[in-house]
Amino acid sequence: MANKTLETLPEATILFAGDSGDGMQLTGSQFTLATAYAMNDLATLPDFPAEIRAPAGTTYGVSGFQLHFGSVDIRTPGDEVDLLVAMNPAALKVNLDRVRLGGTILVNSNAFDQRSLDLAHYDANPLEDTSLDKYRVIQVELTRLTRETLKESGLNQKEIDRSKNMFALGLALWLYSRPLEPAESWISRKFAKKPDILDANLELLRKGFYFGETTELFVTRYEVTPATLPPGRYRAIQGVHALAMGIVAAAKKSGLKVFYGSYPITPASDILHALSRFKNHGIMTVQAEDEIAAVGMAIGASFGGTLGVTGTSGPGVALKTEAMGLAHITELPLVVVNVQRGGPSTGLPTKTEQSDLMQAMYGRNGDAPLPIIAASTPGDCFEAAYEACRMAVKYMTPVILLSDGYLANGSEPWLIPSVDDLADFEVEFAAEPNAEEDGAPTYHPYKRNSGTLARPWARPGTAGLEHRVGGLEKADITGNVSYDPANHEHMTHVRAAKVARIQQEIPPTEVFGAEEGDVLIVGWGSTRGAIEAAVARLREDGQAVGSIHLRWVNPLPPDLSDIFTRYNAYLVPELNNGQLVRMLRAEFLLPFEPLNKIQGRPYGPSEIQQHVMGMING
Amino acid sequence: MADQDKSKKRKPTLPPGVGAKKPTMPPGMGAKKPTMPPGAGGKKPTMPPGAQGDGASGLTRADFSSDQDVRWCPGCGDYAILATVQRLMPELGVPRENTVFISGIGCSSRFPYYMETYGMHSIHGRAPTIATGLKASRPELDVWIVTGDGDGLSIGGNHLIHIMRRNLNVQMILFNNQIYGLTKGQYSPTSEAGKVTKSTPFGSIDHPFNPSAVVLGADATFVARTMDRDPKHMKEMFTRSHAHRGTGFVEVYQNCNIFNDGAFFQFTEKDSRADRTVYVEHGKPLVYAGGSRGLRLEGFSLKSVDLESGSLSASDCLVYDETSRELATIISRMHWDPHMPQPFGVFYQEERPTYEDMLHAQVDDVLKRSGTGSLEDLLSGGDTWTVG
Repeated sequence: MANKTLETLPEATILFAGDSGDGMQLTGSQFTLATAYAMNDLATLPDFPAEIRAPAGTTYGVSGFQLHFGSVDIRTPGDEVDLLVAMNPAALKVNLDRVRLGGTILVNSNAFDQRSLDLAHYDANPLEDTSLDKYRVIQVELTRLTRETLKESGLNQKEIDRSKNMFALGLALWLYSRPLEPAESWISRKFAKKPDILDANLELLRKGFYFGETTELFVTRYEVTPATLPPGRYRAIQGVHALAMGIVAAAKKSGLKVFYGSYPITPASDILHALSRFKNHGIMTVQAEDEIAAVGMAIGASFGGTLGVTGTSGPGVALKTEAMGLAHITELPLVVVNVQRGGPSTGLPTKTEQSDLMQAMYGRNGDAPLPIIAASTPGDCFEAAYEACRMAVKYMTPVILLSDGYLANGSEPWLIPSVDDLADFEVEFAAEPNAEEDGAPTYHPYKRNSGTLARPWARPGTAGLEHRVGGLEKADITGNVSYDPANHEHMTHVRAAKVARIQQEIPPTEVFGAEEGDVLIVGWGSTRGAIEAAVARLREDGQAVGSIHLRWVNPLPPDLSDIFTRYNAYLVPELNNGQLVRMLRAEFLLPFEPLNKIQGRPYGPSEIQQHVMGMING
Repeated sequence: MADQDKSKKRKPTLPPGVGAKKPTMPPGMGAKKPTMPPGAGGKKPTMPPGAQGDGASGLTRADFSSDQDVRWCPGCGDYAILATVQRLMPELGVPRENTVFISGIGCSSRFPYYMETYGMHSIHGRAPTIATGLKASRPELDVWIVTGDGDGLSIGGNHLIHIMRRNLNVQMILFNNQIYGLTKGQYSPTSEAGKVTKSTPFGSIDHPFNPSAVVLGADATFVARTMDRDPKHMKEMFTRSHAHRGTGFVEVYQNCNIFNDGAFFQFTEKDSRADRTVYVEHGKPLVYAGGSRGLRLEGFSLKSVDLESGSLSASDCLVYDETSRELATIISRMHWDPHMPQPFGVFYQEERPTYEDMLHAQVDDVLKRSGTGSLEDLLSGGDTWTVG
């Protein structure tokens, strides 16, 4: 230790990359946990191929986990990588362009044999020519050191080689002065029943850590001091888990049971995995035979007075479309979660995108508007899910909750919310007839609440309220089948007006950055971190730039027009080919400028920053 | 195949020696006319809701008839099914408010609108999914699914087989008229090969399948067949399907008098019925044609034998066992064979845990082991740290 200097950094970005089977996701998440323990702010970007185990050593089999952490406000997984840990040539090849000039590349030099170089399509060994001259390259014989460490362990060669990520993790933890304890206790829990593997992993982890201290390879060790986060109790949270817990919170606060019907699909399956463990929290889950069955079951449950929820990704929503129309016309509560991924069709299943907004807005036959709420950070998935459930019940309507692959898989420190602080969620079931017909009490299923325009929710099992709903148009009030032309137009308007009334639930829009000025950035969904990081930098440069971020995309907040009048120009960055921008142009007839990225990856702040500077400088 | 089917469609086949003998098996209707539709205009007064909250005792058919006009074509077989169900309801002892009818799309699927119970007319083919969500979350409800050969076997075929294997405790009535009625006369998955329809002007080249064989293949726990022209048998089948704990599947041969008139006349009409049908009953020998013919098992095949020549009697015929999947498979394959009678009755029944029972047992088990989950504990689960 004596011969090392300790350098304090405000923030750092590290990327672990290797074969799909190298355990990079695990390494990244353990580094994240240690970073949370070190009380840094952080944001992560797991990035893995759709293939479960692509052929070893190939570029398309490379799996990565990027983590940005710091003592300052961290909003994105990082523009550029400070440290790339590359387990093989393919991982280096795929990720080199993400490393900043002058950044550090730590490679497993044992993996740079001719076969691996060929698989990665390297004509020459990059460790031996000048191609990496602009970076600091640290060669560690990870494979040899791992084998040496475990030669007495009794494990076979394959098991030993699979463990080398633990050596890398230990080394990375040392380099950034992270604690070993979280990883140690995780390993102890995970391999409690396999003592030989447990011992081997612990030994490797520590060996990697101490290797950093003793080797001559490193002259500098870094530390990143704790971030100044608002006071409170924190945990690291992944978006998909926050979303699942938001649904549990809705069940708890409302007293409703929740029925979650779902069909496996990347990247939404983890919601089903999480909720299926919450059976003692009032959650029922069914893995349906297909996407249509999943939403059908949720609608059936909602008809019975349970809150039906279904989760999927874009291709699944395409299949659920007709049923969502049914829930719209029967005016039953339903939450449809879309964890968006690269499209169209199967597209890029494991990559992120925001390209299902138009599908959410218009993807049904007939005039069938649905409320759309979009989560903006991993932790925000909790609150967005809770609100989606609350509005679905309050307004008796299906609600679409948009997340995406980046939010679902990404994680951040999360200020654990107080249950008491959650918005009230009261449910009132119809209990008695609400009308009279020929002197006898009767029940009118479409007699509405004047404030919300919601119809009453009458559970089967309630005597005297027997009624039929269905996909045929219904007469207002009575709910009888009606082909009356005027009634159809009236009902179409009423259903739309009901959705629009959710406007009254939307709090005033907050502006980030300049309250007026040259450019207003308008965003929605997972781009929030990148947009606000860009605005913060632009503000530091003295630019009059602000941003707003839409949580409700339909209906839009009522105060947008007033805000728009305060700026000269508008930029709408989206991870699609321009969707919100079209909606805004149509609604406000203002020259919103699109900024689009359709690469399956989130924005880095500098991409937005540079575009805004271009707008200002004309 | 096509020729036979054509003749079947036009006129009931009249095998020799028909009519003289009285059927001993199903009492049938005798000379009585099939139940007529209750009449589109004949509005029944609705009982004041809530008056009979504690049970179905004292309710009548009228209490289960909604105030909506029935809009099926006059003469449609659907009327008989509706009347039978409405008559059956008061006898089941299920409170009206606990009864739910769920349907898909098609002529048959208008059914829930005519029942004074809870109901949902959903989307094409998806009724089993809606019913699954409802029954799984509210096991105390009595859920009926109404579907047709297009709705249940074509667009909704996937859901039909999956509700069978899951075995929810619901009843499914499949109106089989071997045609698409509501879309005005295209062939369905049960239409015979060669059938000429609007969409098959040169004859259908689709191989038809048989609903009971399909659901047996999906491990259904209760499989029965009946016909619109025999309300007594139909009611008996519905009663048994309702009593069965599990998915009770009943196929009803239903005449579409507009687009496929007479499709089942050889089985349903007085002149030919006795010779063309066999009513299977658990523990009884398979005899038909007024006792003059019977079915014997030879290898894996059924053979029709003469019981009047003196060499064979009813006791030589196969005694039906509705708990035998093997026999049910053989019976369900007796189909479109002009030399054999068409079977009706309960083909198969087995006891198997229901989906909703297992779902809630699993929930209860977790609750017993872990107690009711605390949201606070869940939110602050895992590794946490405190700032400030």
